[in-house]
Amino acid sequence: MPASSQSFLDYAPAPESQAILNLRESYGLFINGEFVPGSGKSFSTISPATEKKIAEIAHADAADVDRAVAAARKAFDGTWSRLSGTDRGKYLFRIARLVQERARELAVAESLDNGKPIKESRDVDVPLVAAWFFYYAGWADKLEHAGVGPNPRALGVAAQVIPWNFPLLMLSWKIAPALAAGNTVVIKPAETTSLSALIFAEILQQADLPPGVVNIITGAGDTGATLVNHPDVNKVAFTGSTSVGRMIAKSTAGSGKSVTLELGGKAANIVFDDAPLDQAIEGIVNGIFFNQGHVCCAGSRLLVQENIETEVVERLKDRLRTLRLGDPLDKNTDIGAVNSREQLDRIRELSDIGEAEGATRWTSPCEIPAKGFWFAPTIFTGVETSHRIAREEIFGPVLSVMTFRTPAEAISKANNTPYGLSAGIWTDKGSKILAVADKLRAGVIWANTFNRFDPASPFGGYKESGYGREGGRHGLAAYLTSGPAAGTVRKATR
Amino acid sequence: MSHLPVPKTYKLYIGGAFPRSESGRVYEVTTAKGAFVANAAKASRKDARDAVVAARAAFSGWAGTTAYNRGQVLYRIAELLEGRSAQFAEELQLSDGISAAAAVKQVEAAIDTWVWYAGWADKYVQVAGNGNAVSGPYFNLSTPEPTGVVAIVAPESQGLMGLVSVIAPVLVSGNTAVVVASEKSPLSAITLSEVLATSDVPGGVVNILTGSAAEIAPWLASHADVNALDLAGAGSLQWVDLQIAAADTLKRVLPPEPGLPSPTVSRITFFTETKTVWHTKALI
Repeated sequence: MPASSQSFLDYAPAPESQAILNLRESYGLFINGEFVPGSGKSFSTISPATEKKIAEIAHADAADVDRAVAAARKAFDGTWSRLSGTDRGKYLFRIARLVQERARELAVAESLDNGKPIKESRDVDVPLVAAWFFYYAGWADKLEHAGVGPNPRALGVAAQVIPWNFPLLMLSWKIAPALAAGNTVVIKPAETTSLSALIFAEILQQADLPPGVVNIITGAGDTGATLVNHPDVNKVAFTGSTSVGRMIAKSTAGSGKSVTLELGGKAANIVFDDAPLDQAIEGIVNGIFFNQGHVCCAGSRLLVQENIETEVVERLKDRLRTLRLGDPLDKNTDIGAVNSREQLDRIRELSDIGEAEGATRWTSPCEIPAKGFWFAPTIFTGVETSHRIAREEIFGPVLSVMTFRTPAEAISKANNTPYGLSAGIWTDKGSKILAVADKLRAGVIWANTFNRFDPASPFGGYKESGYGREGGRHGLAAYLTSGPAAGTVRKATR
Repeated sequence: MSHLPVPKTYKLYIGGAFPRSESGRVYEVTTAKGAFVANAAKASRKDARDAVVAARAAFSGWAGTTAYNRGQVLYRIAELLEGRSAQFAEELQLSDGISAAAAVKQVEAAIDTWVWYAGWADKYVQVAGNGNAVSGPYFNLSTPEPTGVVAIVAPESQGLMGLVSVIAPVLVSGNTAVVVASEKSPLSAITLSEVLATSDVPGGVVNILTGSAAEIAPWLASHADVNALDLAGAGSLQWVDLQIAAADTLKRVLPPEPGLPSPTVSRITFFTETKTVWHTKALI
């Protein structure tokens, strides 16, 4: 009998009001400080929970990209690079405060457009956005301490392309360090999640940020490709899939552009038999079911020590039965909507393959709403390292469980992936944590916790999870150069 | 009675051994004036792949040495270079056609650069890493680690100095290397491999291939078990194609530089990865 039928879990609906939103019917592109119409064919952004249209979004074509880059170049040469670090910092502080002031509005817009639970957008995404701007604001007049060498200076115009899983948070990860370092920006949000970026454009107007310092252009993959390949761009920062990351690495080769890539992951969450199990269960759930599993650093491979596998899996199932799936704007919702039909299809396809390849599927019993895109929390046991669900990024609420006997086997299985973004370690033995952490080939290691993010903490991957770091001093350095030294980029002459 | 010289057979350096090219191929190495010196091994794709296998196998051991130990092992190479300095200088005069004084000066500078880099082994982590003040009850530390196997296209000239400029910074953090020596002047690279073989650097940490960089480098650029590519000496090759090939496995790529790379900490840190470890703190 599934626990979901028990009465103590029946909560009255508690939807966050949408009255706080003041949305326009259609949005243009934000270029040179104002909204202008796009030249491409506009498209609708919908709520993935209801499939209802929210607003019409402009599509930037090549001419629009040109205009945006030209505005950013003009702002770089004419205004932003001439401003003192102190003043650049003060603009960023203003933005941080405005984000805090409009936090609830941004959270509601984010949950509406992305499908993530309001408790996550309200308590994680938006507070981190404000924190990111606040952190980097203070760096703007301290660049000589960034560790890039003498006379640090901005690179120029930064082209930034961000994904749909944390729309506003990824925007802050990109814009805050870029502006603090003195660059100007053209940023493209993901096609399905432009809304919060466009509200953010209004915040930039309220902050009176000089025109052209940040330009926000909406559109699909073609807009992003045109942007990163634009000849007048000095820096490319991309967060998204490894396949698009490869394309960008190829198309920017020999261009002299500085490139940072935050790509996919297939993180191992390693649970030893001496782990604090109550916390570990919560950490595993948070690791893969946070944000519907749409997290590049999600702990999608659970490596559990063989002797506690049965107990861990049973406790996980018990915990998952209590998760509430449904209206993202409901304050009690744990699992929101999958962001798009395309992504839902991908999750379904890989899950079906998991079953076909011989793994055992368990799905949390929960009611799926009639409209919208939903996928119930799912666990696969009996997964082998050769299975596609153990190798490919599913980017959904699907956990693949594997076992190990010795720390060496855990390390070897954890590293058996072309990715290397993150990993988790659960044990109460400190020396084991440090020894295992040393051997894991991943950029972020969470010990007895998972999915923690902070503007002071560098984030980014090894191997095919990309290169460069975001967050902290390292994230600032990614937007600076110290002039002719090692790493001086040479442009191809052909 | 005059002594009839015993010429040396010029071979590759892979996994601590000196094999000939599996292809059986050689090419003529000449002096700056065009006189015949030797038939050097002309490495093939298979040799390059063998070198990557050796470099990968050596990685965890070399990266796992303590920083103090690695610093001493690297410093000992400088000691051995000093003992061979006359040979390096003589070969430089032969291959680059420079004066004896200039050759000695260059070898001395190369040895000093090696010493400079060796001293970084137990220090670069402190300069490139940091503790992070995160907002919550967590210990949070970022430290750099070696990126893995680095393929290097060595500078085409300046013999020992060119090699030191690219090999030393890669080894400091614990990476292993596959080096494509200068095709035209491989003498310094071959002698360096003899120095390395008699040093305390484990076999496979540095592998040196002689032959055509244009032929070998593409195999290394596209090899899935190579983590990074230093194109320092690839300026006259189709290096953009190498960078494009490297993109398939998202290798870290350092583009060619005009002239010789100057010794910098950023050359060390370019071939490292920043690892950030979070740990919960108890609420007491």
